[in-house]
Amino acid sequence: MESLELEIEQWRSYVGRRPGVDVHDVEELESHLRDQIADLHDVGLADDEAFLVAVKRLGSVDDLSHEYAREHSGRLWKQLVLAGGATGGGSDARLDAVARAWPEALGFAVAAAVALQIARLLAGFPDDEPDWLFRNASLFVLPFLAAWFARRRRLSSTAWLATAGVFAGLAVAVNVFPYDEDAATEVLVATHLPVLSWCVVAFPFMGATLRSHERRMDMVRFTGEWCIYYALIAFGGGVLLALTLAVLEPTGIDPDTVATWLLLSGAAGAVIVAAWLVEAKQQVVENMAPVLTMLFTPLFAAMLVAAAVAYAVDGLGEAFDRELVGVFDALMVAVLGLVLYGLSAREPSDRPGWMDRIQLVAVVSALALDVLVLGSMVARIGDLGLTPNRVAALGLNLLLLVNLAGAAWLSARFLAGRTTIHRLERWQTSYLPVFAAWVAVVVLVLPPAFAFS
Amino acid sequence: MQIDKDLVAASATPLVLAILDEGENYGYAILKRVRELSGGELEWTDGMLYPLLHRLERLGLVTTEWQVPPEGRRRKYYALTSEGRTALVEHKRQWATVTQALRDVFGGGDLGALALGGA
Repeated sequence: MESLELEIEQWRSYVGRRPGVDVHDVEELESHLRDQIADLHDVGLADDEAFLVAVKRLGSVDDLSHEYAREHSGRLWKQLVLAGGATGGGSDARLDAVARAWPEALGFAVAAAVALQIARLLAGFPDDEPDWLFRNASLFVLPFLAAWFARRRRLSSTAWLATAGVFAGLAVAVNVFPYDEDAATEVLVATHLPVLSWCVVAFPFMGATLRSHERRMDMVRFTGEWCIYYALIAFGGGVLLALTLAVLEPTGIDPDTVATWLLLSGAAGAVIVAAWLVEAKQQVVENMAPVLTMLFTPLFAAMLVAAAVAYAVDGLGEAFDRELVGVFDALMVAVLGLVLYGLSAREPSDRPGWMDRIQLVAVVSALALDVLVLGSMVARIGDLGLTPNRVAALGLNLLLLVNLAGAAWLSARFLAGRTTIHRLERWQTSYLPVFAAWVAVVVLVLPPAFAFS
Repeated sequence: MQIDKDLVAASATPLVLAILDEGENYGYAILKRVRELSGGELEWTDGMLYPLLHRLERLGLVTTEWQVPPEGRRRKYYALTSEGRTALVEHKRQWATVTQALRDVFGGGDLGALALGGA
């Protein structure tokens, strides 16, 4: 009997190491295995025979792991999204392949950095600060990220062309617009274009499929993890830059020049390096991200409740100026980010827990604040008329209001056991294109609609 | 008789839903029931049942719970939800149509054996 236990133990650790199979799955499979062994025992098989037959009946571990991975794409989306990687070799091998592909990632990172530096030199930055440099900044970097994904996913040439075409179209549009001097619409374009470009990157990232809800969730996950890696790199880069400047100080080299070269190149290159890290070193951040979400969701919830109560008690007063609206918008987006990221990091089969409740509190408070912001904004528009900024802010707030209301309604139903987390996920993944469409409207429709003022 | 792989795959979901409609159950017992119902003709790779069950769970058609029966080991039980029942009704409707069509075209009495569970 002891040898059987030993064999089961070895089998457990072997199966448990496979990507896509988690501890609960192993436990369930083990339970199955033991039932099978017991039955085979009853018909007269010896321990080792029964074990072998039972394991054989479960099917090849490769196939099984692949099947689990398909169902639980959230657990190892990085292997799955590597197009063409679905056949041949274990997923471990595929992961190694990503890790080995670092020279390619580095090449794209350097290309992005070079592109940004060339643009900067042409613009004469930092002596000159032409508007076009800021407006186009994301277009010097994100196409390289898109191209890197397009290569990784081995997109068809049609998909390559489509991606390139969209970037080219955007570049032409935002640069042929005849903006007025100090135009508000130009600032809107400069701030919204990076977001829109990120949405374009989603296309090659998702392997040129736009409709798959699972892939969209992967994109959300990727975005969250990319942010974490980028922040880490930025922090390390900051330390490196400060030390470099300190070390070089006695040589009399102009620190501003060094900073311009290092900082801008690093910021551009890190965009692609962070993406590569997300793909290659998934497991590291996979453990960290849910912890961060768990840490910050309650803190944000507490802050939102406090703010909602404070505003409810004190009233809005006169303080609700444009800057504060911006702050509130940022806050709403942060809450939405937490909700989305919490969803993507969640184990779908878990029952409603305290985290879901806290998240609902955060969403409801955010909803209350959003209603306040909207009220004040509508009043402002009533008094002072429409401006590009107000339209952009109003649109964003309306979208957030609908999104948060839907999320609150569905998570309340989920907590009451009346619907599944799946519905909530679907709501959010179905809504993502709406945000993308709105950003596109701000970049492409608002400037002409307001005569480029 | 070797049943075609595609046919096995197509019938897997309705079969599992129908078995769970008889009452909550765990994986191993569901497979035994499948063998019993098909007289051993339907052979599944055992392990593949679980990803299928997990998919049904994600879609909200079944719920799960780890239970320890008085005698025996901890097992993960699956139970049908009301949405699962709705889905089963839909599956039944579709299979009834398919089997009826096959029965008509195969023509005749001696193919009564084709009727799947009287559907």
